[in-house]
Amino acid sequence: MPNDAAHNTPYLLRRYSTEALKEALRKMYLIRKFEEGAEDSYMRGLIHGTMHLSIGQEASAVGSCMSLTDEDKITSTHRGHGHCVAKGADLSKMFAEFFGKETGYCRGRGGSMHIADPSKGNLGANGIVGGGLPIAVGAALSAKRLRTGSITVCFFGDGANNEGAFHEALNMAKVWMLPVVFVCENNKYGMSMSVERSTAVSDIADRAAAYAMPGVTVDGNDFAAVVEAVDGAVDRARRGEGPSLVENVTYRWRGHSKSDRNRYRTKQEIADWQARDPILAMGRFLMEHRVLSADEIEALEAEAATTIREAIEFAAAAPSPDQAEVTRDVYSDGAAA
Amino acid sequence: MNVQSDPPMRELSYAEAIREAMDIALGEDERVVLMGEDIGVYGGAFGVTGDLAEKYGSDRVMDTPISELGGAGVAVGAALTGLRPIYEFQFSDFATLAMEQIVNQAAKLRYMLGGAVSVPVVLRLPAGSGTGAAAQHSQSLEAWTGHVPGLKVVQPATPKDAKGLLLAALDDPDPVLIYEHKLLYKMKGAVPEGRYKTPIGRAEIVRSGRHLTIVATSVMVHKALQSAETLAAEGIDAEVIDLRTIRPMDRETVLASVRKTGRLICVYEAVKTLGVGAEVSAMVAESDAFDFLEAPIMRLGGAECPIPYNPELEKAAVPQIPDIIAAARALAQGRI
Repeated sequence: MPNDAAHNTPYLLRRYSTEALKEALRKMYLIRKFEEGAEDSYMRGLIHGTMHLSIGQEASAVGSCMSLTDEDKITSTHRGHGHCVAKGADLSKMFAEFFGKETGYCRGRGGSMHIADPSKGNLGANGIVGGGLPIAVGAALSAKRLRTGSITVCFFGDGANNEGAFHEALNMAKVWMLPVVFVCENNKYGMSMSVERSTAVSDIADRAAAYAMPGVTVDGNDFAAVVEAVDGAVDRARRGEGPSLVENVTYRWRGHSKSDRNRYRTKQEIADWQARDPILAMGRFLMEHRVLSADEIEALEAEAATTIREAIEFAAAAPSPDQAEVTRDVYSDGAAA
Repeated sequence: MNVQSDPPMRELSYAEAIREAMDIALGEDERVVLMGEDIGVYGGAFGVTGDLAEKYGSDRVMDTPISELGGAGVAVGAALTGLRPIYEFQFSDFATLAMEQIVNQAAKLRYMLGGAVSVPVVLRLPAGSGTGAAAQHSQSLEAWTGHVPGLKVVQPATPKDAKGLLLAALDDPDPVLIYEHKLLYKMKGAVPEGRYKTPIGRAEIVRSGRHLTIVATSVMVHKALQSAETLAAEGIDAEVIDLRTIRPMDRETVLASVRKTGRLICVYEAVKTLGVGAEVSAMVAESDAFDFLEAPIMRLGGAECPIPYNPELEKAAVPQIPDIIAAARALAQGRI
C-alpha cells in the first residue's frame, strides 16, 4: 500500500488484523450479553447480592486491553465484568462465580465484585473505590524490578479520582517512572453524584498535569479513539517512559446497582447515550472499512448469545461450595490439598 | 555439652537484630525490597534500616513519599505480583491511614479470590508509649489488625525474636504485621548469627513458675519478668509467657500453663477493653482450663484514654511493675 494511502488509513486498521478486530467486537458482544444475562438471572432469582453492570461501556473495556498480553496486568473495579471479558476470562467460570459456585473463578467466595483471573494477568475487580490504584502501581513496581517487560493497566471510575489513593498512586507511579497506564472510565456519575458536582476539574485527565504525566480525554464510546489513546500510553510505558492517564468518557445505561431508581438523571439523557451505542458504532466502523460484513457481525452477536446461554447453564448446574470449607483459603496453610 | 548445631550468639540491640534480618533477606533474595518513609539515607526514624540503603541501593531500600495508604498499597500490589516487600510505617499510628489496604486488600485478596493468589507482604509498625511523643505517636493498636482474618500479627519482645519473627514473616506466604515496641529498639540481647526463624503462632514460656501465670506481650514481658523476681523473693513463683503472636494465638501454651498454676494475669500496654487480654481470658474461660482456675482472671491494660504527654501521666496510662506486683499479690492471696 502506498504511503499516502497508509497515512489516511485509521490507526486501528493500520495496527490490528481483521482477526484481532473481529475478536474485539466479539468480546464487546460477550460483555453486553453477559451483563444482560446477569440481569436476567437476578430477576429470575438465580443469584443473590447485587451487581454493577457495564452495559454501554464496552468500548472502554475492550479498547483499553487491545494491545495487552497475558503477561500484562490489569486491576479492575466494582463494575468489572467487562474488564474480565476483555482480558480473556472464561465466561463459564465467570458466571459460576456470579452464581456463587465452587467452580467459579473464586470458588464462590468472591462473587461479582471480586472476579479475578491471575493466569491472564487480571488481578481482580475490587469492591473499594480506588482500592486497585496503589495495587496497580505495586504490580508495575514488580515488573520494573523483576524486569518482566510487562505493564499494568489500572481501571477506575470517575468516583475514584477524588479518593486519596488516586493521588498517592499517580504521584508514586511518576516519581518511580513505573510502567502503568491509569484508565479512568468516566461514566458521569459516582453512584448518584455527577462529576460536575463532585470534581473540581471538568476533565479528569487534567489531573495528570499535577503528576507531570501525559493525560488525555477521549470519547470512551469510540472504540478506535480509546485504542489509539491507550495504546499510546501502553507503548510509552513499555519504552520506560513512565505512567499516563487516559480518561474514557462513557456512560452506564443501567443504574449504579440494583437499588438505583435513576432519580438523579433524566430518561432523555439515558436515551441520548443509548443512541450512541459503542457496539453498534464499532460495527458500523468495521463495515464502512470493509473489515466485516453485516452478516458476519450478526453471526458474532448470535455466537456471543449462545456462549452466554451455555455459560449460564454451566453455572446453574455447577456445585455449590462445601459449608465445611467456609474458612478455607483465609491463610495459605489452610488451603485444602 | 551443648548441642553442636547451636549457632554462635552475640549481643545485639533489638533494632540491630531487625536490621540484620533485613540484611540477610536482601542479600539472599533479589525479590526483597524495603519501602518506607525516610528509611534510605536517613536510616529510618528509629535508625532501624541504618546503612542498608548504602549497601543495597535506593532501588531496593526505597524511600516512599509520605503516602501511607499508597505506600502500603504499592507493597501489597508488589507482593501480589512477585516481590517480597517489607513496608515500614514510621509510627504504627500512621497505619490508620492505610487500613483500607491492610484490612480490605492484603487480608482478603487470597480468600476473595478463592486461594488463587497470596499476598506475602511484611508490615513493620513501631508502636507503644514511653517516648514522650503523645497521643498520635504512641498507640498500641495491634488488636485492630488482630481482629482481621487473613492477617498474622506478631509482637516480638526480644532482639532474638525480632530477628527470628521477621525472617519467618518473610518466608510466610500471607501478610504479617510486626508491631515493634519503640522502647525496645535499644535493648540488647543474645541473638544467634545467620538465618533462623521464630515460629509465628507460638508463645514462649520465658520464666517457669508454679503459682500464677502472667501472659504478657511486647515490652510488658520485661516488666512481668522483673515483677516475677520481686514476687519470687516473697515466695510467689510466677510463670511468665511471652505471647509473641496475637493472631494466630498459641492456645495450647497458655491453657497448659493455666492448668498448672490455676491463676492468670494478662498484661499488655494497649487499652484494656476489647483487647488481647479479653481474648486470652475468653480462651481460658471457654476451655477445660477454666476448671483449674482458683481465682478470677485479671487483666492489666492501658488506661481508657489517649497516651498523654506529661511523663508522669504517660507512665500512669500503661501498666507498670508495681501494678503487676500488686495484682499478683492480690491474686495469690489464700495460696501463699
